[in-house]
Amino acid sequence: MGKQITVPFGPQHPVLPEPIHLDLVLEDETVVDAIPSIGYVHRGLEKLVEKREYPEYIYVAERICGICSYIHSNTYAECIEQIMHIEIPERAQYLRTIWSEYSRLHSHLLWLGLFADGMGFESVFMNAWRLREHILDDMEATTGGRVIQGVCKVGGVRKDIAPEKLDEMLKGLKNLEHELHDLTDVFLNDASVIHRLKGAGVLKTEDAYYLGAVGPTARGSGVPIDIRQTGYAAYGKINFKPVVESSGDSYARCAVRAKELYTSIDIIEQCIKKIPEGPVDVKVTGAPDGEFFARAEQPRGEVVHYIKGNGKKNLVRHRVRTPTFTNIPPLVTLLKGCQLADVPIVVLSIDPCIGCAER
Amino acid sequence: MAYLQKSPWLIHYDASSCNGCDIEILACLTPMYDVERFGIINTGNPKHADIFVVTGSVNERNKYVIKNIYDQMPDPKVVVAVGVCATSGGVFRECYNVSGGVDMIIPVDVYVPGCAARPESIIDGIVKALGILEEKRTAAVMGVTREQPAPAAPAEKPAGGA
Repeated sequence: MGKQITVPFGPQHPVLPEPIHLDLVLEDETVVDAIPSIGYVHRGLEKLVEKREYPEYIYVAERICGICSYIHSNTYAECIEQIMHIEIPERAQYLRTIWSEYSRLHSHLLWLGLFADGMGFESVFMNAWRLREHILDDMEATTGGRVIQGVCKVGGVRKDIAPEKLDEMLKGLKNLEHELHDLTDVFLNDASVIHRLKGAGVLKTEDAYYLGAVGPTARGSGVPIDIRQTGYAAYGKINFKPVVESSGDSYARCAVRAKELYTSIDIIEQCIKKIPEGPVDVKVTGAPDGEFFARAEQPRGEVVHYIKGNGKKNLVRHRVRTPTFTNIPPLVTLLKGCQLADVPIVVLSIDPCIGCAER
Repeated sequence: MAYLQKSPWLIHYDASSCNGCDIEILACLTPMYDVERFGIINTGNPKHADIFVVTGSVNERNKYVIKNIYDQMPDPKVVVAVGVCATSGGVFRECYNVSGGVDMIIPVDVYVPGCAARPESIIDGIVKALGILEEKRTAAVMGVTREQPAPAAPAEKPAGGA
């Protein structure tokens, strides 16, 4: 056993697109402790509810994070709708589900690319991001925005998708699914990827449960939680099973995300086949009076939006609990005992989104 | 700007962006837009970089980091502020933990608009920055000192370390 030294990791680090700082306590090459310190991208946007009226605050809520942007706006809108007892049209619910799954596809492809880049697998990084552009093209064609869509509003959605476009999306997804097999094959079966990921950063099932892991981090450790199964938006009318792996290492978390790509495509296909005709929004009058917790499954896990209103246009309180924030205690556990050279892989394997976590 | 002396490398720092602009910067590097074909590489080391791309607005915690990265970059260097947050604070301007645009801390040469900035406009901004970089390099060779836009407030190191 060597003497302990502390190595700073971040806030500016080549594998991190975002700033988080970790003090890694090392004994020789082994990490014995990791002390995270956050706050580099804290903006304090929850307090903006006092300055923005609730229908326009949805744009701020969407900008909590540029990757899970759509799902944040969706959850916020759902919160307000529940307080005000607004029943949104069925077509809007289906459209919300379609866009949610499109964001998941784009987020998972983005992550698979960054993860490959973290492993030094440059060609796979480029390939994942090439496929991601197809998703973003469809997003842009249907909503008008690539990463920040601004399409969700309190009382429904802002835009409808024409039936011809829906057919075109269906065809696009079929082609994409075909190309995805080549990509996910690398993450699931390539010998050097398996060698690199198997056994790196193991989170046991009971640790995942007690430390409050969510999303693919929890599902990779055999905890079958997927908030989509609570049936918000149109998920209640769709058949799907959450992807669960049991080994709890970086490979399992990677496999969960790779397999979820197909689940998302399947959900979108079911939605497009089932989507009813009708209006996409209802008129909203008045202001929310009351409080509500809304939960949704983001690409990174469960997000909770809490809203309290007092009957005025400006809300009293908005609080968001984001998946990365809850995944930081599991991350610290994961890092203990791993090699210094594995730290970038292990940190990336929980798919940290600091923009969400600090808001 | 028909001829570049060397391949310009860039360094990217997320000040307090929502990620929207960050992932669009990364999208510029990937096959759809592919700026790497012009020799532009996203490096993690400030000492290797010619162009400093900043997204997001400045706050008390990160202004020292921004200044530190800028100071470590060798001359000549250019700064590109990507997105409205880096320009002025954008939609978060009134938040309690947002001080304002990046030009409060370091001199900015090019401002790229958008929320989130589109890859096309980011590339346009970088190309403009390349012109300014060449100008600065020629000026340095000729022995002319180019007038730097002065930052509004100097950054001081906070008491509690990095």
